[in-house]
Amino acid sequence: MVILPELVLAAGALALFFVSLSKTPLVRTAKSVAVLFGLATFAAALLAFQSKGSLFYGAYEVDSYSQLFKALIGFSLALLLIFGQNLKGINPEIRPEYYLFLLLSVLGLMMLVSSVELIAIFISLELSSFALYLLVPMRDDRTGSRVQMEAGMKYILFGVMATGFMLYGMSLLFGLTGTTYLKEIIAFLAKGNVQPTVLVAVLLVLAGFFYKLAVFPLHFWVPDVYQGASNETAGFIATLPKFGAVALLIRFLTVPTGQAQFLIELMAVLALCSMFYGNLSALVQKDIKRMLGFSGIAHAGFVLLGLLALDRDGYGVAIYYIAGYVLMNLACFLVISNVSQEGENLRIDDFNGLYKRQPLLAFVLAVGLFGLAGIPPFVGFMGKFMILTSALRAHHVVVVCLAAINTAIALYYYLSVVKAAYTVEPGEQAGRVAVNPVIQLAGVVLVLAITLLGALPARFIDFASTVVQTLH
Amino acid sequence: MDLLLIKEGFPLLSFLIFLPLAGSIVLLFFHNETFARLWTLLITSLTAICSLPLLFGFDQTTSKYQFAEAYAWIPRLNINYIVGLDGISILLVLLTTLIMPFCVLASWKYIQQRVAPFMFCLLVMETSMVGVFVALDFVLFYIFWEFMLIPMYLLIAVWGGPRKAYASIKFFLYTLAGSVLLLVAIIALYLESGSFFIPEMMWQPYSLTFQVLVFLAFFLAFAIKVPMFPFHTWLPAAHVEAPTAGSVILASVLLKMGTYGMLRFCLPITPDATMLLAQPILWLSIAGIIYGGFTALAQQDMKKLIAYSSVGHMGFVTLGIFVLNSRGVEGAMLQMINHGVTTGALFLCVGMIYERTHSRELALAAGVGKYMPWFVTFLAFFSLSSFGFPGTNSFIGEFLVLAGAFEHNTFLALAAIPGAVLAAAYMLRLLQKVVWGGTANPDQSYLTDLGLREIAVLTPFLLFVFWIGLGPQPFLNLMHTSVSALLDQLHHWQQHQQVAAVLWK
Repeated sequence: MVILPELVLAAGALALFFVSLSKTPLVRTAKSVAVLFGLATFAAALLAFQSKGSLFYGAYEVDSYSQLFKALIGFSLALLLIFGQNLKGINPEIRPEYYLFLLLSVLGLMMLVSSVELIAIFISLELSSFALYLLVPMRDDRTGSRVQMEAGMKYILFGVMATGFMLYGMSLLFGLTGTTYLKEIIAFLAKGNVQPTVLVAVLLVLAGFFYKLAVFPLHFWVPDVYQGASNETAGFIATLPKFGAVALLIRFLTVPTGQAQFLIELMAVLALCSMFYGNLSALVQKDIKRMLGFSGIAHAGFVLLGLLALDRDGYGVAIYYIAGYVLMNLACFLVISNVSQEGENLRIDDFNGLYKRQPLLAFVLAVGLFGLAGIPPFVGFMGKFMILTSALRAHHVVVVCLAAINTAIALYYYLSVVKAAYTVEPGEQAGRVAVNPVIQLAGVVLVLAITLLGALPARFIDFASTVVQTLH
Repeated sequence: MDLLLIKEGFPLLSFLIFLPLAGSIVLLFFHNETFARLWTLLITSLTAICSLPLLFGFDQTTSKYQFAEAYAWIPRLNINYIVGLDGISILLVLLTTLIMPFCVLASWKYIQQRVAPFMFCLLVMETSMVGVFVALDFVLFYIFWEFMLIPMYLLIAVWGGPRKAYASIKFFLYTLAGSVLLLVAIIALYLESGSFFIPEMMWQPYSLTFQVLVFLAFFLAFAIKVPMFPFHTWLPAAHVEAPTAGSVILASVLLKMGTYGMLRFCLPITPDATMLLAQPILWLSIAGIIYGGFTALAQQDMKKLIAYSSVGHMGFVTLGIFVLNSRGVEGAMLQMINHGVTTGALFLCVGMIYERTHSRELALAAGVGKYMPWFVTFLAFFSLSSFGFPGTNSFIGEFLVLAGAFEHNTFLALAAIPGAVLAAAYMLRLLQKVVWGGTANPDQSYLTDLGLREIAVLTPFLLFVFWIGLGPQPFLNLMHTSVSALLDQLHHWQQHQQVAAVLWK
C-alpha cells in the first residue's frame, strides 16, 4: 500500500468516469464524489506518510521526500475541492469530466514527485499537464469572445514547447550517461565524466520545470491563462503544480554539472528578472487573477533564490516557501471563487467593501495577501526571511538587497486589494456574499495554517531539510 | 547569556505581551458592543496593573536585562524567544501599557461603527508594541515591528477620516519600505556574529564599511518611524486621518520605536558608523526642529498642527541621542516619555473637540473657552507643557537635551533654540484661538463641557506632566545605569579604536 494516495486518486477518477456516463448531468453526485475522494486522498497521503519502497524496477521511489510532497498536495487538493465545490464557471453537463481530469492531473503530480527515472518523470508530467490543458477551455463561454479557448491554446502551445525542451535535455542526458535512472546519472557524472553538454542538458530539463513554476523567461502564459481559465481552475494552476515543479527542480539540481557557479549566476539573474518583471507588471493590473498571476512570477523568483544556495538548507527552505505560497494563494482563490457570483472574472474594484458584505472572507483575503506581501507573523514572512538568509549566507548581497526592495514594491498591489476590501464602500449592486459554512471553515483552516506555519516554522523546516538530505 | 537576569517563576513580560492577544481572541467570538468596550478596558487595565511590578521589581543598579525569559524557537537558525527589560526600555513599556486604557476610554463614544473589530485592533496593537520594546532577539523584534503595521493600518483605514485610504496606504508603504533593508541588515549581522541575540551583536569588531551599511539600513527604517525631517511626510497624513485612539497610539508609542531603535541598535551595534555619521544626523534633527515649528505655525487643522509639532519634538529627541553624552541621551529618553504624555493628551483634547463639532478646523473651534472651561484648562496645561514651559515635563527634557547639545557643540545648540521659540509661538496661537478666538467666533453655545469620563481620561496625563516637570529624578534614576553603561562602552570603544589606529600606523 505504498502508493495508496495514487490508488485513491485513480479510483476517484474511475468513479467520476462512471458518473459522467449518465445521460442526465449528476451535478451533486459528481461534487460529492470529488470532495469525498479529495479528502480520502489527503487521508491516504497521511496514512502512507511513513511508507518507503521502490517500484517498477526502481523507476518509482516512495520515500519521505515524495511523501512529504504528496501530503502537501493532498492537503491542498482537499481544500481546493471544498472551496471550489460550486464550480460556477463550468457548465453543469461537463462537471463530472472536469473533476475527472482534475483528479487525473493531481494523480500525475503525485506520480511526478515519486519518479526518479527520466521516462517515468516525463510520463507523469504529461499526465498531469494534459489533464490540466483540458481544464482551461472547459469554462463557460459567457463573454462570447472565447477567452478560455485562447487561454487553453496558449497554455498548451507554450507547454508543449517547454516539454520539448525538457525531452531534448533528457535525451542528451541519456546520451551522455547511457542510463535513464537519475541516481545512476548522478553517480556517473559525479565520477568526473562531466562535459559542457551536461550543463546544456540540465538547463533544458530545468526549463521544463521553470515553465511550470512560471519563472522568467518561461512565464508568458501565466496572466492570460489565469484570466481565461475559470476561477477554480486558475486556483488549481496557481497552486498544486508548483509542488511538482519544486520537487523536480530540486531533484535535477543535485545533478552535478561541473559548472555550478554558472548555474548559480544564471539562476540569480532569472530570479531577479522574475521578481522585477512580476512585481512591476502586477502594479498596473486591474483583474485580480492577472495580478495574482504576475505575483506568482515574482514568487517563483523567490523560490529560485532559495534554490540558489544549492545546499540542503536552501532546498528545505524552498520547500517551506512553496508550501506557504500555495497556502496563501489558496486563501486568495478561496475568496475569489466565492465572491464571484456566477463564475465571472473579478476586478479589484469588485472587492470594494467586502468587509461589510462578508467579513470572514475579507479577513481570509487580508491574511492571504498580507502573507504574500511577507508581513509577519504569516508564513510568507518566514519564508522570505529564510530565503534571504540562505542567499545572503552564500554571499549574494546585491541579489538579496534587490529582492528585499522587490518586497516593498510588491506590497503596493497587495495592499490595494486590501484597501478595496476594507476602506472603499461597497457599490450599489454589490450585495452580501453568501458562503457555505463548510467553505468558511476551510477559510479558517487556511488562516490558521498560514499563521501557525509562519509563527512556528522550526519543525517543518527541520523535517524538510532532513528529507532533502536523503536525496543524495 | 550572562547579560540576562532570568526571571524565575511567573513570566511577567510574556504575560504582558500575550494577555492583550488572548483578550483579542475573545473578541472574535463576542461582538456585542458594550461587552467589547468593557472587555477591552478590563484587559488593558489589567495589563497596565500587571506592568507595575516591573517598576517595583526593577533593579536600578544594573544595566543587565531584567525580567528576562529565554526559550528556543527556531534552533536551526539560532532564533530564540528572548525578552528582557533594561533602563532604556522600561519607561517605554510602562508608557505603552498605561496609555492603552485611556485610548479605550477615548474611543468609548468616538467609535460607533464596528466596535468589536476596533477593540480587536487596539489589543493586537498593544501586543506588538510591548513586544517591540522587550524583544531581545532581532527576529522577534522584527516580527513585532512589522506586524504592528497591520492593525495600525486597519485603525486608520477603517475608522479614519475622509482621506483615510490615502493616509493609511502611505503610512504602510513608507514604514514597510523603510524596513525591508533593515531585514537584510539583520541577516547580515547574524551571519557576522552568528546569533540573533541582540546583546551579542553589540560591540563586535565589524569592519567600518559593514558598519556604515548596516547603520544606513537601520537609520532608514528608524528615521522613517521617528519621523526625521526628510522622511516625515507620512506623519501628518496618518495623524490627521486616524481616529483619536489611533493618533494617540501613533504619537505616544509608535514614534518612540524609531528613537528606541536608534538607541538600542545604532549606538551599540555600529558604534564607529554612529560616530562617523552623527554630525549630519544632528543637523537633520535641527532641520526637523525648525521645519516642524514653521510648518506647525501655518496649520489651520489642529491635528496637523500637533502632528508637525511632533516632527519638531522628535527632532529634539534625535538631537539628544546623537550628541552622545549622558545629558543628551537621558534628556532624549525623558523627552520621549514627555512627548508621549503631552502629545497624546493634546490629541485626546482635539478628539474631544472633534466629537462635538465634527471638525478639526482651528477656525471652527475658536472661542470654545467660554462654553468649555474645563476643557480649555486642560488644553492650556498641555499646551504649556508642549512648548517646554518651566515646571512642566517637556522643560526638563528639552533642557537636558540642549545642555547636552551645548556640551557637544555650541553652534548646534544655538541652532536648536529657535525651535523652542517657534514651539511657544504655534502652541500659544492654538491656545489663544481655542480659548478666546476673535470677534468672528462661530456659535459655540451648543457645546457641552467635558464629562466625567473625559476628565478622568485627561487627569492622569496632567499628573504626569507635573510629576515629571517637578520631580524628574525617579524617572532619570530608572534609566541612568543603562544609559551610562551604554555611553561608557561607546567612549571606551572610541578610545580603543583610536589606540588601534595609532598602533596600525
